Amino acid sequence: MSIDTTEPETPPDVAATTSDERVARLVHPRAIRWLHWINFPLLMIMIWSGLRIYWAEDVYALGIGSWQWFAFFPDAVYETLDLERRLARGMAFHFAFGWLFVINGAIYGIYLLATREWRHILPDRHAAKEAKDVVLHDLHLKKEMPPQGKYNAAQRISYTAVLVMALIIVVSGFAIYKPTQLYPLPLLFGGYQGARLVHFWMTIGLGLFFLVHVLQVLRAGWGNFRSMVTGYVIERRSPTAPGNETISAPSVPETETHDAPIGGSA
Amino acid sequence: MSDQHEPTRPEPTREEQLRAQLEDAPTIPVSELKGRTRRSFLTGAAGAGVAFLGWRWIQDSPVDDGIPQPLRNTLEFNEQVWSNLSEGRSAPEFPVSKATPIQVNGRIGIRNEIELADWTVRVEGPDGELLDELDISAFEALPQRDMIIEHKCIEGWSSIVHWGGTRFSDFHARYADQVGDVPYVGFETPDGLYYVGWDMSSAMHPQTMLALRQGTEPLTQEHGAPLRLATPNKYGIKCLKRIGVIRYARERPADYWAERSYDWYAGL
Repeated sequence: MSIDTTEPETPPDVAATTSDERVARLVHPRAIRWLHWINFPLLMIMIWSGLRIYWAEDVYALGIGSWQWFAFFPDAVYETLDLERRLARGMAFHFAFGWLFVINGAIYGIYLLATREWRHILPDRHAAKEAKDVVLHDLHLKKEMPPQGKYNAAQRISYTAVLVMALIIVVSGFAIYKPTQLYPLPLLFGGYQGARLVHFWMTIGLGLFFLVHVLQVLRAGWGNFRSMVTGYVIERRSPTAPGNETISAPSVPETETHDAPIGGSA
Repeated sequence: MSDQHEPTRPEPTREEQLRAQLEDAPTIPVSELKGRTRRSFLTGAAGAGVAFLGWRWIQDSPVDDGIPQPLRNTLEFNEQVWSNLSEGRSAPEFPVSKATPIQVNGRIGIRNEIELADWTVRVEGPDGELLDELDISAFEALPQRDMIIEHKCIEGWSSIVHWGGTRFSDFHARYADQVGDVPYVGFETPDGLYYVGWDMSSAMHPQTMLALRQGTEPLTQEHGAPLRLATPNKYGIKCLKRIGVIRYARERPADYWAERSYDWYAGL
């Protein structure tokens, strides 16, 4: 088989001979894979067209009082991404692809609820402590990964945050798009300009998530990336297989469904 | 399998609990994964190809008033959705204390000062017939109201403005019998350089105002003296300053910014 990084401690030739001890488990259902990959270009188009809209009134900055530490955005950003003087086209793309983005997200939300898949994503009461350990592990300050299900605690927290941000960005977007027809929706954000500000910061938030996500996917390697395409990860053996009473076998970290590299891969 | 009675089954550890969450996920032999991987990536490549072709189709479509036809069609679809939803909806109005001066943004059609005493507005029917030629006193004679609303520019800024004037619907009442059920009305500056089109139901909204005053003062020339449109329910691009012509129409009237890639409806 091709390079299999799901068990980095095992050379590929040995892996082939021992494959009968391993199984491929479906961790990402087909619907989630499709929705994930459809969302990717839609989100990119929404951010790109949204920045063309923002350019026309680019007033937000980080700073204190009149002192601006960082103004969104430097001219180089606008020039590089062809965002200048494209307000009308930006709006046309935004309000066309916005429907697809919302529909795709709504199907995803319904799917999570209907299949109870949300249980894999929502943080549980151990999440805060375990997420800290995941971060320490990723920074090579801690050897072991905390135990995990489909996702580790840091993933659960960040994926949940993304879903919350996605919901806020859609609701605030509608509040800016149709402030009269949907009144009093803008009041949720302190008014029309408040909704615009929230919409902007959610864009920054999703953009930052995207950067970290891509970085972590690159770090996690082939097996993890493949799992989002095929749905399957390789694990040592099925926990439900006969003779599995010794359930404490260290099989979970090898599913490598977390974004971070697994222990020993460094 | 020894299914003997276990008198005290130990509590599952955290790790066991977490593993149990994946137990009902189906498994396949690793030997099948290679074929599945190939199929999945081919499917993904096909999907990416379809997405790319769709993107090219939009970009390569004929242009309708500055934007590709599919996008123009979607803007009109959106107009259908939202103009049906909007029946009876109104934007919030604010106390006078919230009102602020509004910045001067557009000068198209009002670059040169005019002699306000000489100003008149032509009112034209759907067949181009002249219905009236009015001076400002005709608008001062109509019922007056004040409206403190959030004026929203399509660029993204907004400001709460105190407008004074008459509802378009009160003005229209004078001509309703003559023009009948016309679906549109257009407005033009006296020089014809700036022009906007409105659908009649938006124009008849109680917050669509023919404004004569900002606050209690007559409009300044840069804000559209002596008569301009004001509304919280469409972007500022529709709020034409210095109205020179009001023209009822059976077809969508030309619209300066809609001809330049923007949405014709521009409704909020």
